[in-house]
Amino acid sequence: MKTLVYVEHEGGQIKDATLAAVTAASKLGEVHALVAGSNVGAIADAATKIAGIGKVHVADGAHLDHGLAENVAPVAAKLMESHDAFVAPATTTGKNIAPRVAALLDVMQISEILSVEDENTFTRPIYAGNAIATVRTGDAKKVLTVRGTAFEKAAREGGSGSVENVDVGGDSGSSSFVGLEASKSDRPELTSAKVIVSGGRAFGSSEQFHSLLDPLADKLGAAVGASRAAVDAGYAPNDYQVGQTGKIVAPEVYIAIGISGAIQHLAGMKDSKVIVAINKDEEAPIFQVADIGLVGDLFKIVPELTEKL
Amino acid sequence: MKVLVAVKRVIDYNVKPRVKMDGTGVDLTNVKMSMNPFDEIAVEEAIRLKEKGVATEIVVVSIGPAKAQETLRTALAMGADRAVHVTTDEEVEPLGVAKLLAKIADEEQPQLIILGKQAIDDDNNATGQMLAALLGWPQGTFASKLDPSDGEVSVTREVDGGLETDKLKLPAVITTDLRLNEPRYASLPNIMKAKSKPLATKTPDELGVDISRRLETLKVTEPPKRQAGDKVGSVDELVGKLKALGVVA
Repeated sequence: MKTLVYVEHEGGQIKDATLAAVTAASKLGEVHALVAGSNVGAIADAATKIAGIGKVHVADGAHLDHGLAENVAPVAAKLMESHDAFVAPATTTGKNIAPRVAALLDVMQISEILSVEDENTFTRPIYAGNAIATVRTGDAKKVLTVRGTAFEKAAREGGSGSVENVDVGGDSGSSSFVGLEASKSDRPELTSAKVIVSGGRAFGSSEQFHSLLDPLADKLGAAVGASRAAVDAGYAPNDYQVGQTGKIVAPEVYIAIGISGAIQHLAGMKDSKVIVAINKDEEAPIFQVADIGLVGDLFKIVPELTEKL
Repeated sequence: MKVLVAVKRVIDYNVKPRVKMDGTGVDLTNVKMSMNPFDEIAVEEAIRLKEKGVATEIVVVSIGPAKAQETLRTALAMGADRAVHVTTDEEVEPLGVAKLLAKIADEEQPQLIILGKQAIDDDNNATGQMLAALLGWPQGTFASKLDPSDGEVSVTREVDGGLETDKLKLPAVITTDLRLNEPRYASLPNIMKAKSKPLATKTPDELGVDISRRLETLKVTEPPKRQAGDKVGSVDELVGKLKALGVVA
């Protein structure tokens, strides 16, 4: 089987989620990649070095900048004439493009796969991760998105793929990129961080959220996350949100502070290697999944912890 | 302009889903069902557009069994003008749903179609994008802000790296994220009024759409359970544990 992995990139870098998609694709067969964008020569070169990638199809055109789905999907659909499976990371970029490709191919997408059982059979989470479905597709071509935390990342070095320029299609004229209000941070990105400290509504205000959590995160070299309740209350920006409807993370250590552990939050972090919970309510559901728990007042514990680390 | 909104009846988001013992799915007998929360946001957004004088008519569509009409009545009680129920007892996949909605869009000619970004039962996050592809329309997915004007709509999207703003030419498909708005509750008088609002029914056959499934669910299982660990009594103990794990030097 020939697969086509959608290479997600930003600021000249290939995103980690792509590497997990490469690993998933390699379980199906030969791995090709699609690099789409504007002036993406260097990214295409970097993609050829990813272990396991045979050929990199490059679609370089101004209208493909920012990965507009209206322009990228037809390019991918065209390439699928000579590939059997389109594989995209289950990031907001992948989730935006892949279903559009699937509909153009008249294929039912298989979303957020957790494993490849055989070339037609996959597992995927449903009901916010409260159940795992094993599904088999009857479609001749496949369109998959891949949950990044469920697959090892392919090595960025060691590959020796070739590059081929492909038809870049045209500008649909129906959509245009206006701007990105990037969340600026010197900390690691949530989805690739080794350690995450995450805060909930118990922080009480945006000021307290940041004045308590930021120094702790800095001490640990950690990314900062938040529960949906904290985001909805305006304590943290939306892209901090960990959970079924936010980001799915699986760091080495996840420290949940003042987070009760709603189903939808647990769905986003329960695959973390070690979970630490700090909460004043000893009955909080978060303790049922935590490896290490500490019951107490976060306003006392967090400063003390930061100082003692 | 006319706005089309698609809604799905799903397990209530406060209910913990239980996997059936025989592994065929999730047990929905005697379980509270509600409108998919992202679809409620879609209905609310359409109503706000109408209140601002941008939308002229809101047509709400649901695909599913007879009980889907309850969900449609909820949308009508919130403020939608009329409803279309596509009746089927099959579980229709996003591709099938997108095809049905595309047919209805052909009939209704809306300028904007708003859907939830995903249903909280099968979590596919695909219908809106598929519908946009089938119609050849632009798509604004995971929207946290909408600003239509002059044949265009500016959409702020919740993406992994922050907030992205795109401009789309109308007609367009929008999928909603959580922070687009906070849906209203329907008032009692409006719930009563909704009972007399028009509700049309159609079948997939009448719309000429093949909704047969492409995916077969072989089994549904519970996810692996995590065991609760130990509680520590002090910050010092916690620091000791973290050091033992090699998280800190």
